[in-house]
Amino acid sequence: MAVRVEAIREVREPSRWIRAVRDFCRKRPLGAIGAAVVVLMLLVAVTAPWLAPYNPVTVDFGAMLAAPSAKHWLGTDAFGRDVLSRLLYGSQTALIVGFGAALIGATAGAVLGVGSAYFGGRIDLYLQRLMDIFLSFPLIILALAMVAILGNNLPNLITAITIPMIPRCALVTRSSALAIREMPYIDAARAAGFGHARIMLRHMLPNVMAPYLIMLTAFLGQAILLEASLSFLGLGVQEPTAAWGLMLRGAAVEFAEAAPWMAVFPGLAISLAVFAFNLFGDSLRDALDPKLRTL
Amino acid sequence: MWKYILKRFLLMFPTLLGVAVVIFVLIRVVPGDVVELRMAGDRGAVSEEALAKERARFGLDRPVWEQFATWLLGVARLDFGRSMWTGAPILEEIKLRFALSLQLAVMATIVAVLLAIPLGVIAALKQDTWVDYAVRIFSIAGLATPSFWLGIVFILGLLIIFKWLPPMVYTPFWVNPWQNLLQLIWPALAVGYRYSAVATRMTRSAMLEVLREDYIRTARAKGLVEKLVLSRHALKNAMLPVLTVIALEFAFLIGGLVVTEQVFNLNGLGLLFVQAVAHRDYTLTQALVLLVASAFIFVNFLMDLMYAWLDPRIRFR
Repeated sequence: MAVRVEAIREVREPSRWIRAVRDFCRKRPLGAIGAAVVVLMLLVAVTAPWLAPYNPVTVDFGAMLAAPSAKHWLGTDAFGRDVLSRLLYGSQTALIVGFGAALIGATAGAVLGVGSAYFGGRIDLYLQRLMDIFLSFPLIILALAMVAILGNNLPNLITAITIPMIPRCALVTRSSALAIREMPYIDAARAAGFGHARIMLRHMLPNVMAPYLIMLTAFLGQAILLEASLSFLGLGVQEPTAAWGLMLRGAAVEFAEAAPWMAVFPGLAISLAVFAFNLFGDSLRDALDPKLRTL
Repeated sequence: MWKYILKRFLLMFPTLLGVAVVIFVLIRVVPGDVVELRMAGDRGAVSEEALAKERARFGLDRPVWEQFATWLLGVARLDFGRSMWTGAPILEEIKLRFALSLQLAVMATIVAVLLAIPLGVIAALKQDTWVDYAVRIFSIAGLATPSFWLGIVFILGLLIIFKWLPPMVYTPFWVNPWQNLLQLIWPALAVGYRYSAVATRMTRSAMLEVLREDYIRTARAKGLVEKLVLSRHALKNAMLPVLTVIALEFAFLIGGLVVTEQVFNLNGLGLLFVQAVAHRDYTLTQALVLLVASAFIFVNFLMDLMYAWLDPRIRFR
C-alpha cells in the first residue's frame, strides 16, 4: 500500500509570552479582569485629550455645580468644570505618580536588598538597622514630612511617596537574595573572577524578579492611594491640575449634600484603579510565589 | 529565654535613637521655621533682631548637636518640652488628643477583628469557590477604597437617606457614651474596613497554610470532630501571623489616621501632626513621631517575644 506522505504542516507554537498570558487568564480570571482594567486605564490616560468632552481646567461660572445631564455626564464642580473630563485627565496624574513611585521605590529597594544580602556582615547589619528605622514611621507620616521638605510639584511628590516604600521592598528582596547568595552559581561567578557589581546585577537581580514584581504591583495601588491622600490634604498635586484626591478636597465636601457627584465619582475612580492594580498584583503573586504573603 | 528578652529589649533603643535622629534632622530641613511663621502675622514689621531674639528663646541659635542633646536628655526624663507654637507643655497637647485617637483605634480594631477572622476562615475553608472569590473581592476592595472617601460617603449617605448627621463635636466617652459612640462609629467603620481587609487576607493565607500541615491530617485521622480540628488545631496555629498584622496596624492607627480625622472633624493625633508640620513646631513634631514610632517598635518587641515563647527554635537562633 502506498503511503502518501502529506507535507507536514508546520504547527506554529504560540510564543512563550502569549502562552504565559493565556495561561494566566485561564487560571486566574480575577487577575485577568484586573489587568484588563489597568490596560483600559492606560488607554484612557493616553487618549484623555480626545476622550474628554471639555477642557479639565476651563472655569465656567454659568454651569457651577450642575447635576449630571446629557451635557455634563457626571455633573460639574464648584467652578463649573466638567467632572468627567477632570476624572479622565486625573488618570494621567494617578498613573504617572503610581508608576513613577512604584518603579523607583521597588527598584531602589531591590538594589538595596540584594546589596545588603550579597555583602552581608557589617554592611548588612547597618543597612537593616537603617531600614528598621524607616519602617517605624507610618507611610503617610513619612510621605507628609518628605513633601513638606521637598515642596509639592509632581517629581517631588513622587520622591516623597517613594521614600517610605524603599525599606519595605528591601526587606522582602533581601530575604530572597539571602538564599540565592548560597547558590553554587554565585560561587562559580566569584571563582570566575567577576566583580561584585556584575555578580549582583547579572546573577542575583534577575533571580529576585518574582518578589520584585510582586512588590512593584503592590506599590502601584498604594502609591495612588497615598497620592490621593496627600492631594486631599492639600499637600499633593496643586490646583488646577486634575487629580482625583484633589477633586475630593474643599468644595466637594462642603457642597456634598447639594452636589454629591463631586464627592462620589473621584472616590470611585480611585477605588477602581487601586482595586484593579491589587487584583492583578494578587494573582501575579499567587502565580509567582504563593508563599510570600507580605502586604 | 531571659537572655533573648533582654537582647531584644536592648535592641529597641538603637532603633528609637535612629528615629529620633531622623525626625530631628528631617523637620529642620523643612524650609522656614516656627519663628518666621509665627511672626508672619505682623508682616513686614518684624526686624531681623526680633527674629534672632525669638530664635534664641527656643535655643534655635545653638549648634544642632547641642539642641539634639538637650532634647534627648529631656526625653530621657519624659520631659518633651513645650510646643513652640502654642507654648503649652507637649504632654498636655498630646494628652488632650490621645484619648480620642486611642478610642478610635480600639473601635476600628474591634470592627476589623469581627469582620476579618470569620471571613478569612470561611474563605480558606471554601478555597476557590464563589465564597472565597466574594471574600477576596470584598477584602481587595477594602484595600483599594480610601478610608477618608468612605467616610465622606458614610456622612453623605446618612444625610441623604436618613436626613441625619452624626455629631460633629467630640464628646468624651465618660461624659456621654451614646453621643460619643454615635460620632466615632462612622470613622471606626471607615477605617476598620480597610484594616479588616489586611487582616482577612492574612487569616485566609495563614489558614490555608496550616490546613495543609500534617498535624491537621492526624487530627482528622484520629476521628476528631471537624469543629474541634478547626478551632483547636488550625485556628490556634494560624492566629499568630494574624495577630501580628492586627497589632502592627493598631500601633500605626494611633497616630496615622491623618486624613480620616480631617474628614470627620476629629481633633486627634493625626490632625495634630499635620498642624505641627505646617507650623514647623519642631518640639511637637518630634514628640509625636517618637510616640508613634515607639508604639510600633514596642508592639514589634511584644510580638517577637510571643513568637519566641511559642516557638522555642527562635530563642536559640
